Amino acid sequence: MAKAKVTFLDIGVTVMVPVGTRVIELSEKVGAGLIYGCREGDCGTCMMKVEEGWNNLSEPSVVEEKVLRENMAGKHCRLACQAQILGDIVVRPA
Amino acid sequence: MHTVRESSLCHFRAVTVNDAALQPVTAPGLQDKAVALSDRVHWIGALDPTLRSFDIILKTANGTSYNAYVVRGSEGVAVIDTVKEGFSDVFFQRLESVTDYSEIKYIVLNHLEPDHSGALPELMRRAPQARLFISQRAQTMLKALLKHDAFEFTPVMTGDSISLGDRTLSFLHTPYLHWPDTQCTWLVEERVLFSGDVFGCHYCDARLFNDSVGDFRFSFEYYYAHIMRPFREFVVQALELIEPLDLHCIAPAHGPILRDRPKQYPAHYRRLSSPMLHSETGHEKTLLIFYISAYGSTARMAEAVYAAVSEVEGVRASMYDLEGGEVAPFVDLIEEADAILIGTPTINGDAVKPVWDLLSSLAVIPTRGKLAAVFGSYGWSGEAVRMVEERLRGLKMRVPVEGLRIKLIPTSEELAACDKFGHAIARELTGMQEDRIVEMA
Repeated sequence: MAKAKVTFLDIGVTVMVPVGTRVIELSEKVGAGLIYGCREGDCGTCMMKVEEGWNNLSEPSVVEEKVLRENMAGKHCRLACQAQILGDIVVRPA
Repeated sequence: MHTVRESSLCHFRAVTVNDAALQPVTAPGLQDKAVALSDRVHWIGALDPTLRSFDIILKTANGTSYNAYVVRGSEGVAVIDTVKEGFSDVFFQRLESVTDYSEIKYIVLNHLEPDHSGALPELMRRAPQARLFISQRAQTMLKALLKHDAFEFTPVMTGDSISLGDRTLSFLHTPYLHWPDTQCTWLVEERVLFSGDVFGCHYCDARLFNDSVGDFRFSFEYYYAHIMRPFREFVVQALELIEPLDLHCIAPAHGPILRDRPKQYPAHYRRLSSPMLHSETGHEKTLLIFYISAYGSTARMAEAVYAAVSEVEGVRASMYDLEGGEVAPFVDLIEEADAILIGTPTINGDAVKPVWDLLSSLAVIPTRGKLAAVFGSYGWSGEAVRMVEERLRGLKMRVPVEGLRIKLIPTSEELAACDKFGHAIARELTGMQEDRIVEMA
């Protein structure tokens, strides 16, 4: 199974995970500052800034794009409950 | 449609341009008229004097009001907010007393909660030419509330404005006061701020204006404490937009209209948005341990953890026995704390009630991102630690160190584990933890 490396900058933890995992699942387990509200891509609570590896995440859906827009997300921001890991990334809470 | 009548005990002023006439008017024939804030601005809201609780969480000792307003410009009329659906009749009667539906050019909703959007569908049916303006964040809420997509609307942001000819409405993006969608609308030429829930309170008084109504100070602060305090950082952001305005009047969506010394209300919000208990620890991180113990085992764990975290430079630790304190002061302490630790035994497969009482009282303060951890002694199953961890995560706290459970009376080895647990938390809190690699693949 392909693996990827996810680094949570705010707590200095790097996690080796199977490709396809959603970022929020890891954040919850390691106690990073990326926290969730609805876990359904609606509330924007879990917004994260992708510091490295922007292209190593699944494409945002139309719904995620809309939530990011409504929350006035900055450049390279994604929802941790929606974005699936495809390769190495470095993230922190937005 | 269920219709609610305002109490016949309510007193009303007639429509008047002259605000000197402040005496309450009791003549029944005037009760359904609009009330003038100026010759261009009228109150067309509704009074709900018999309401005794609002949104479940708030007591309303003398009811509330649902304030809505009409603004007249040289090129049309704008309606600012509506009322709870059951009060639609009186809302429309007051609206009709100052304008014709064909004149309505704009409808502005500062907040979509049903007590302000209840009459919106009927208003849009009666004034189909009117354009609806809501905040950016209100878009999905509008669809979810009204349950169909047929409404056309224009989302607006800070800096956007619309013209009524010689009157201009300008929008301020003030999210989370008290829903994500909330905004304020500034009537530029009259210097009136239609503030939505901000600066509002549940205080029903037909004399309407803050220089005429009874003593609403408690209601104002109580409303802030329950509606605004959870979003303190957003209150501060909103004040940055509001304080520069040369306010002549604040027209909120609930409670008295604040025309007398309106600037004192943003100033009061500035005071209220300061922490209840100012941090006196400088650059040190504050860590609070709350514990409760039936036979002393969880207390011994608490003491061991307390000793450990106190050894770490940069951490100011405090410890409290939940059995000896009230919840409210602890909530004030937690508001400013960087980390909280909960020590709870497991009794009958659950954490104990004083712990849940504390944890169910934290919704009024921001808890997002605080560090948290749980420990406790147990007899045979020990569910409490995991259950409390889940609650803390639900409060959007970080729980990076796995909870520590000890069966019955802690041994010296187990107290050493408490020491290790405390040091791990202190390292997380001070950012001194070493970078780690975790294998989950």
